[in-house]
Amino acid sequence: MQIKSQRDFAAGLLFVVVGVAFAWGATIYKVGTAAHMGAGYFPLLLGVLLAVIGAGVLFKALVIETVDGEKIGAWALKPMCYIIGANLLFGVLLEGFPSLGVPAMGMIVAIYGLTFVASLAGDQFHFKEAFILATILAVGSYATFIWGLNLQFPVWPSFIAG
Amino acid sequence: MELLDHLATGFGVAFTFQNLLYCLIGCLLGTLIGVLPGVGPVPTIAMLLPITYGLQPVAALIMLAGIYYGAQYGGSTTAILVNLPGESGSVVTAIDGYQMARKGRAGPALASAGIGSFFAGCVGTLMLAAFAPPLTEIAFKFGPAEYFSLMTLGMIGAVVLASGSLIKAVGMIVLGLLLGMVGTDVNSGVARYSLDIPELTDGINFTVIAMGVFGYGEIIANLSKPAEERGIYTSKVHGLFPTAQDFKRMLPAMLRGTALGCSLGILPGGGAVLSSFAAYTLEKKTRLREGEVPFGQGNIRGVTAPESANNAGAQASFIPLLTLGIPGNAVMALMVGAMTIHNIQPGPQVMTSNPDLFWGLVASMWIGNAMLVILNLPLIGIWIKLLTIPYRWLFPAIVLFCAIGVYSTNNNTFDVWMVGLFGIVGYVFYKLEMEPAPLLLGFILGPMMEENLRRALLLSRGDWSVLVTRPISAGLLLAAAVLLAVVLLPAVSKKREEAFIED
Repeated sequence: MQIKSQRDFAAGLLFVVVGVAFAWGATIYKVGTAAHMGAGYFPLLLGVLLAVIGAGVLFKALVIETVDGEKIGAWALKPMCYIIGANLLFGVLLEGFPSLGVPAMGMIVAIYGLTFVASLAGDQFHFKEAFILATILAVGSYATFIWGLNLQFPVWPSFIAG
Repeated sequence: MELLDHLATGFGVAFTFQNLLYCLIGCLLGTLIGVLPGVGPVPTIAMLLPITYGLQPVAALIMLAGIYYGAQYGGSTTAILVNLPGESGSVVTAIDGYQMARKGRAGPALASAGIGSFFAGCVGTLMLAAFAPPLTEIAFKFGPAEYFSLMTLGMIGAVVLASGSLIKAVGMIVLGLLLGMVGTDVNSGVARYSLDIPELTDGINFTVIAMGVFGYGEIIANLSKPAEERGIYTSKVHGLFPTAQDFKRMLPAMLRGTALGCSLGILPGGGAVLSSFAAYTLEKKTRLREGEVPFGQGNIRGVTAPESANNAGAQASFIPLLTLGIPGNAVMALMVGAMTIHNIQPGPQVMTSNPDLFWGLVASMWIGNAMLVILNLPLIGIWIKLLTIPYRWLFPAIVLFCAIGVYSTNNNTFDVWMVGLFGIVGYVFYKLEMEPAPLLLGFILGPMMEENLRRALLLSRGDWSVLVTRPISAGLLLAAAVLLAVVLLPAVSKKREEAFIED
């Protein structure tokens, strides 16, 4: 049997896997009866429903003809890694990662880190441009969030601010 | 005329120079912060709430009304300009608003959102004043079975919204409902699907999903296209204000949206959320005029109707808030918090024991709304200038605002990890053509749906037929079935796909 739509096939598979996982997870909790629903009742119902829907999508992907096979196409791994990486780096720099021995560097350092890594996701990267952008964002964020809104962020590295 | 007496009382309380000034400041601050991508109305109000503590109760509420409208409109602005809905209501606005912005019509989109909101707010205020007492009676008729059916109807409405495959859209709703199950079960106290992570016992943050899927997912998808094809926005901006033609199309959409918002908004618990989705669905069902842009490609009615409905719904949701003490959404919940700080306990007693305050609040909502239009119509030009910033500068800034936005909601880096995860999920959705908007609606309504289904079946002793034997509930489910049937009819569904193929 041939896959007629790659996108739908993957989507259907995703629904089935997630649905089964949630339904299976629901059985750990008390399911109960319709009159006295336990914590697992509604999620079990939804999980089964999602798996059934997923099966329907899979069926469609295998049976209904499409013009171009609805290929998923190449994944843009480079932008994905840099954007998500920039986001994670922001979190690590902001509050540190004690279990790895990384100290909290605070918001300002985190903004520079995020901006540089995120900028790498684009087609062109100019160090000077990224530096200027990071500086504008750092000053702007300090003015808005710390000075203006008085949010409780760690701003400077913990070994300086103490 | 009792109605006029009430309003006169309200405006008498609210209309002082000082109060107007507070309202203006609140509106300005709300807009400035709400317009930051990644900061929706809820975090905006939460951030600004402390500055109202020192004021007199009436002044504080008026300032909050200003902040509320400013934040709401600021959120719509980001939804339209950068496709980042800060709250559930603007998810729908983003669909056509963002397409308008990409085609150089950001000005009319922003203006129509503002005008639609203002009109709906005026009608909502009048309605609140006229019908607050009798309308509570209707809300009392709604039992858990009716709520469950109402939410089902709302979700079917959201499916009609989605582009492309119907069955995938239904799957996304169910997926959203399941994500809403994560966290502590209110009835048994069991931490569901928390994977032994303490942060997950509170559930997943709405902002985390919205920012991850709409923010990061969209950025990755945009960057994966070659720069020439990206075409985020055209450089040509046609006019700042809607044309006469636009107004002609906006007007009926505005009226329909307002009517829907007013009627759905009075239902406590999610009515206001549903109204913007319902309004968009309704607009899509009306016939396109000659020469009109299809929905999903930048139709102005697709911006005006949900914005009007959202605002009318928000206004109307004050009825259950003030009469039953049930906040309709997260923003209303914050308003309750603010009132409690000023020793006002929302509930039926407010209207009788403290009429000055009640009607003052109603009037201040209208003043906040008016202030918004006065303030924001001139600012549209500035917002549009933001669009001329090259994308290679804009996207790191959006990533930063998303990261700061999610971090500031709980001051917890766990949310930062989660938004990264949902960024990847969002990109997967994009690649597999799975619409994220229905997922968000399911996510918001999930816990409420479970709660009402539980109660309904508990009262009926486990008999599922209660959903169809109670007339209002049966009517709502019937409407849902009809809606589904209409979409499933082959001729219509073919047309629907044509209307929704993305450029």
